[in-house]
Amino acid sequence: MDGIHDLGGMDGFGGVEIERDEPVFHERWESVAFALNFLGVGALRAYNVDEYRHAIERMAPAHYLLAPYYERVLTGVATLLVEKGVVTLEELERRAGGPFPLARPVAKQPCAALSPEPEARFAVGDTVTVCRIHPAGHTRVPRYVRGKCGKVVHVAPKFSFPDAAAHGQAHRNEHTYHVEFDARELWADAAGPNETVVVDLWDGYLERA
Amino acid sequence: MSGRPPTPAPVAERAQALVDALTDKQLVPEGFLDSVVASATEQWSPRNGARVVARAWLDPEYRKRLLADGTAACAELGYAGPQGEYIVVLEDTPALHNVIVCTQCSCTAWPMLGLPPDWYKRPEYRARVVREPRPVLRELGLELPESVAIRVWDTTAETRYMVLPLRPAGTENCKEEELAALVSREAMIGVAMVELKTRDRYGF
Repeated sequence: MDGIHDLGGMDGFGGVEIERDEPVFHERWESVAFALNFLGVGALRAYNVDEYRHAIERMAPAHYLLAPYYERVLTGVATLLVEKGVVTLEELERRAGGPFPLARPVAKQPCAALSPEPEARFAVGDTVTVCRIHPAGHTRVPRYVRGKCGKVVHVAPKFSFPDAAAHGQAHRNEHTYHVEFDARELWADAAGPNETVVVDLWDGYLERA
Repeated sequence: MSGRPPTPAPVAERAQALVDALTDKQLVPEGFLDSVVASATEQWSPRNGARVVARAWLDPEYRKRLLADGTAACAELGYAGPQGEYIVVLEDTPALHNVIVCTQCSCTAWPMLGLPPDWYKRPEYRARVVREPRPVLRELGLELPESVAIRVWDTTAETRYMVLPLRPAGTENCKEEELAALVSREAMIGVAMVELKTRDRYGF
């Protein structure tokens, strides 16, 4: 989905602030939210990691931008556990003593029609173009590289194809490629000098240029 | 529907509500949540990555293995785990500077870098560093001349990256532990250099 999570290249944000001696967790509820995701994915096997990422992506954009990281984690986990029938929203809100905002529902037709690519079609040095797809569901192709041309600099092993795995479709594994894009290809005149961006892309996202 | 949505319950109350609901259903194994938190706070740490960097600076053969197969070379020193299944190490040179980001969520090599810091997970860094890396690095105190190429790595799939920074001058006689103590998480993400002297601004 072309969601709020797909932030790469957006304008209008302020400065990056690094906190000195930052603890792993600032408050206890943050560590609880983090551990609950391990419970959901691991011990309960209620959902997989692609469903989890997509649940966070489905948060209402204003909520997503305002929520600190571990609130996004908590919202994703709670959304999936409600959707899977493990808990109900009513009991969560009763226990919390107020509204418990969840993410928005999954799109009806979430996947783009990308054929499985079981064997590596590309090698280091190949020039590739990223497919121009706009699936309503989960994908890991950032908007800022769609339709752009880059060069393969590394072939990684096969990994589960997230667009399918996030939506309960047949499990499939594909190679991913580290594809290097000249900054001018991505940002035209706004690009800085002597800069490139490398994006890790599944085989099915790419076409030979 | 009109107006703003009602104010949510405080987030700590929401987290506790979910724990309590799951506990009542006997879905939380004894000690499970605590053991996850212990891994996150004690086991996955940037100290692990720092030791790998120091070893690579001292041992040319290890450096070769690290750059050829990061996952195996980290495992040699005992480092592996979730979000460390496929590690690729990015070598800085005087002419090339590497920076890591995850624009769509906040993926990081947990076993080597620890859980990512807040700034790495915030929209500001994720939106900006792929588009204007040199200004972002400059704001963070790292001024790179245009003659140094910047390569930004967006963690969009399952590869987890870590930067092998340049070894600072003046460390020729340092032992591995002394070198490792100089290497910050920020240097292994690529937003700081390793320096002999502690920097004032962030205390790296």
